[in-house]
Amino acid sequence: MNNNSKEPLFHIVKRGTLPWYKAWGIRLLAVVIALIVCAIVTMTVTGENPIQVYATMIDSSFGSERKVWILAQNTAMLLGVSLAVTPAFRMKFWNIGGEGQILAGCLAAAACMICLADTVPNGLLIVISAVASIIAGAIWGGIPAFFKAKWNTNETLFTLMMNYVATQLVAFFVIIWEVPKGAGQIGIINQSTQIGWLPQIGGNKYMLNVIIILVLTVAVYIYLNYSKHGYELSVVGESERTARYVGIKVEKVIIRTMLLSGAICGIVGFLLVSGTDHTLSTSLSGGRGFTAVMISWLAKFNPIIMIFASMLLAFLDKGASAISTNFGLNHSFSDILTGIILFFIIGCEFFISYKLSFRKSAGKEAAENV
Amino acid sequence: MFDIVSFFPRAVMQGVPLLFGGTGEIITEKSGNLNLGIPGIMYVGGICGVIGAFLYEQSAAELNSFLAVAIPTLSCLLGSLLMGLLYCFLTVTLRANQNVTGLAMTTFGIGIGNFFGGSLIKLTDAEVPSIALSATSKVFSKSLPFADNLGWFGKMFLSYGFLAYSAVIIALITAYVIKKTRVGLNLRAVGESPATADAAGINVNKYKYIATCVGSMIAGLGGLYYVMDYACGVWSNDAFGDRGWLAIALVIFSIWRPNLAIIASILFGGLYIVYLYIPAGTQLYMMELYKMLPYLVTIIVLVVVSMRKKRENEPPAALGLAYFREER
Amino acid sequence: MDNKNAAVKMRNISKSFGTVKANDKIWLDIYRGEILALLGENGSGKTTLMNMLSGIYFPDEGEIFIDDKEVVIRSPKDALNLGIGMIHQHFKLVDVLTATENIILGLEGKGKLDLKSAAKKIREICDAYGFDVDPDQHIYEMSVSQKQTVEIVKVLYRGADILILDEPTAVLTPQETDKLFAVLRNMRDAGKAIVIITHKMHEVEDLSDRVAVLRHGQFIGDMPTKDTNAQEMTNMMVGHAVELNIDRPDPVDPKPRVEVKNLTVRSIDGIVKLDDVSFTANSGEILGIAGISGCGQKELLEAIAGLQPTESGSISYIKDDGSREELLGKDPLSIADLGVVLSFVPEDRLGMGLVANMDLGDNMMLRSFRKGKSVFTDRKSPRKLAENVVDELDVVTPGISTPVRRLSGGNVQKVLVGREIASAPTVLLTAYAVRGLDINSSYTIYDLINRQKQKGVAVIYVGEDLDVLLELCDRILVLCGGKVSGIVPGRGAKKREVGMMMTKLGGEKADE
Repeated sequence: MNNNSKEPLFHIVKRGTLPWYKAWGIRLLAVVIALIVCAIVTMTVTGENPIQVYATMIDSSFGSERKVWILAQNTAMLLGVSLAVTPAFRMKFWNIGGEGQILAGCLAAAACMICLADTVPNGLLIVISAVASIIAGAIWGGIPAFFKAKWNTNETLFTLMMNYVATQLVAFFVIIWEVPKGAGQIGIINQSTQIGWLPQIGGNKYMLNVIIILVLTVAVYIYLNYSKHGYELSVVGESERTARYVGIKVEKVIIRTMLLSGAICGIVGFLLVSGTDHTLSTSLSGGRGFTAVMISWLAKFNPIIMIFASMLLAFLDKGASAISTNFGLNHSFSDILTGIILFFIIGCEFFISYKLSFRKSAGKEAAENV
Repeated sequence: MFDIVSFFPRAVMQGVPLLFGGTGEIITEKSGNLNLGIPGIMYVGGICGVIGAFLYEQSAAELNSFLAVAIPTLSCLLGSLLMGLLYCFLTVTLRANQNVTGLAMTTFGIGIGNFFGGSLIKLTDAEVPSIALSATSKVFSKSLPFADNLGWFGKMFLSYGFLAYSAVIIALITAYVIKKTRVGLNLRAVGESPATADAAGINVNKYKYIATCVGSMIAGLGGLYYVMDYACGVWSNDAFGDRGWLAIALVIFSIWRPNLAIIASILFGGLYIVYLYIPAGTQLYMMELYKMLPYLVTIIVLVVVSMRKKRENEPPAALGLAYFREER
Repeated sequence: MDNKNAAVKMRNISKSFGTVKANDKIWLDIYRGEILALLGENGSGKTTLMNMLSGIYFPDEGEIFIDDKEVVIRSPKDALNLGIGMIHQHFKLVDVLTATENIILGLEGKGKLDLKSAAKKIREICDAYGFDVDPDQHIYEMSVSQKQTVEIVKVLYRGADILILDEPTAVLTPQETDKLFAVLRNMRDAGKAIVIITHKMHEVEDLSDRVAVLRHGQFIGDMPTKDTNAQEMTNMMVGHAVELNIDRPDPVDPKPRVEVKNLTVRSIDGIVKLDDVSFTANSGEILGIAGISGCGQKELLEAIAGLQPTESGSISYIKDDGSREELLGKDPLSIADLGVVLSFVPEDRLGMGLVANMDLGDNMMLRSFRKGKSVFTDRKSPRKLAENVVDELDVVTPGISTPVRRLSGGNVQKVLVGREIASAPTVLLTAYAVRGLDINSSYTIYDLINRQKQKGVAVIYVGEDLDVLLELCDRILVLCGGKVSGIVPGRGAKKREVGMMMTKLGGEKADE
């Protein structure tokens, strides 16, 4: 070529579908590279040998039975929220309001536990709290959906705002119910009577939570892949025009799916209040609504893969805070590591969907890469 | 009696970080990038300013007021620029999902802020009990010299540090650039319809990169203002709170117009602190409900705008979407 | 070839999309002072080729020379700098901006916008050529033809001297078309190079000085328009002499099946799309709908299918026992609930008829997934149906688990038609059923449609190729600007007569 300098070195071409093992291979590679980068970052900050750093991390999650249970609990809660946002995402409805929907569920559960503790029997109270949480979560998810369906109001921004409305609502009730007055917090609800607390099974505080979430995972998996509703929402997500063409009522599907999405968040809220913390505070959801967005997306909206994605993030979080404690660093170190790993996984998707096609000389390579 | 003279300056001081964040995000969104990493970027901007000031205070025996301003400001801009570049690399070059990338950036950015905020002293082996950059802060919050002599007028309009005025000026300049200049016209086209902009010979990726990076840097200044001026140079973890998200709310509330954002930011700031001025201020729980107001009004604006379908007021049409020219 | 120097030389240009070779080693010369018609069927690669010249796509291989200098066109900006301006079929305009803002978009110049002087210059251009544009009007307030005018003014404003127009007349009224052609001739006389992409023979004959023909992504040949004739061009376009020989069995016991009365439809912008349309479609008969594209065909089919809000009129479905059901105002679901099995093969196959990212099985399910009381979907029978369709219609696919977006156009259409006729419809609506398909696939589709007709289905066939309409349909309804221009029997109808009815209400006598 006589004019090489003027030609672009490469251009980007959309790939056909990669076989699943190659796609997951690329993702795995990204995680490995990310872990190496994290090791380097950790080493620079702490001056420790990275192998020891990872040993610390692994120990913090798998070092004892109790630690494993805590990991399982954290995984379960993250997984629960991820399951919740997934139907909405499959419909291309960007529900980043998981945080608010969880808090709505938490608030409802706590309200039942506080207000009905003396009036209804324990078993009934648990059922009432669960139902109330589910309804509260569903309402919180349903409001933005209603406006999206009716007027195409931007759902990302709407659900985002709903998070803070929920946060403030919880803050409001925390002060109303605070114990003792002026403490600014509620403390453990019904600590002596344990009314409204989810029962422990198998002698472990977290086992019931984990089981409920696992059942939910299977249920959501089946709902998405085998039910008529699941099929409808996938069609709506792929193409609203096709959905209308085959007579799917798009507005109804949007609202129904978001009610479900919110309801599952409500369940998580219920499990956090009745099953785990037995208190109410604005930090109960702990950013899970946002983390879940990333998990759901990383797992390509597949509930089974989400189990592993949630575990990875729960493990990172736990491990990084162990590093921080051991080396006297601030706990936010885990957020940095999580961020780095996410960036790598987010970035690697590009190489799954696209390939770089080099001009001329690389024609052969491009052919091999298909 | 409602004391406007003491209320207004406090509302403004609450509003300034939001105005920085909001203006930055407006520029970003005008290019079609919905950067949900803004809260993280504001943390990074704040902490980078703190690190710069801290190192300078530690090393210099006597503060030169120019350097005391320039060093933190430049490090703040640099930090937020890097965050902006990261966002662009992922979403523009690698076409990643904007929501996911933004949320990851917020996690990461808040992590950076809190980590360095909590560990700076240990990391540098400095012999101070806490990060209190009061000397630097004094330079930042220096009000106009004749403010004290002008009574209520001085108090209401002249009593702020230079960053507060910069925020207003930047917002006005942004409004002008978007509305009245060639660059602004091209930017709007990129956010509305990148394919059209591309066909018109506009380098879409370049605009997205520059708009997002400039937007990030402006937003970062919001973090800097918060630490250096509002918080008197004291960094405490998570103190910045939800202001980043409020800045995103501000963008919607001001229907993507930086000049409206000036007024709106003061309004938001006022709503943030209005509970202190309501006679029934003893009922602390009411304050939590007042804090809900900015978000509620934002939702109302969002809904009303979508119902009225007036095209000029709606979000940029291509907001949140990656652009690939050969898409087919 | 002539001695004059080509303004543009394209050499060996190839471009593939996935497995589809859209352009295969194409050679093309474009001269100044000449209008070149780039002729070819839909999907022959005309637009792709021109998109590479205007910087939208980048060629996989090949060279482009402008005035004998090799150039690399990486972006529309590069193209503009070389004086190449393209008016796309889908307008590249920003809705919320005004005409002026759109026209000066992306231009170099002073930092501060001077909208006033730009508007002045625009008015001058408009006055010179007789365009009607309000520079301060927002695009979203404009009609389609106004938008196109803005596009053309935009190119003129930029002083492009190599102009490419992609099917510019598709959305224009005859008067507007005449006006456009006059402008193009003026520009040619001013020494500009003009390329017009089209598949309408009469436009080629009317306007062009030279014609170049593409077929299936390959360059077939070019020649001065005066040295050729429609027959020869058509032969080049389709590869062999048009001997369609489509079967046309006699109608089977035709009885009124769908009766449309005084149907009026307005678009969201308030433009009348269908105006007082009345006709009857009979069972066991193919009713063809002819018309220039965009004069109400889409709205008509969608109104019958329950997808288009209507303003007034009625659409009755007449059952075998003579009882009637009103379809107007019902959505597809409630139409199906009436027991009316209505199938619809829409124009936009992947965007409406199918879900591009789903596999064959899941796409088969679109129509049937509601069946049964179970909350779960039955996946077995759709997969079986998919296998049957693949077998019977010779769909080329790696398997039924392949997303349909990976199939070629003809196979996509077979999948869609296969699904639509699988539900044993009594009414079959098809829109441009053979657009972009190769000859073999087209005949498969004709055959399928004929078989439906023989089963007593009322078929409504919207087509763009008059030859096909004349050979396939029992009756042809001609639409013109949303009105019924006339209904003619398919047997014995003259192409010329139908063509006249398409452009003029009622056809009138051509002035001979």
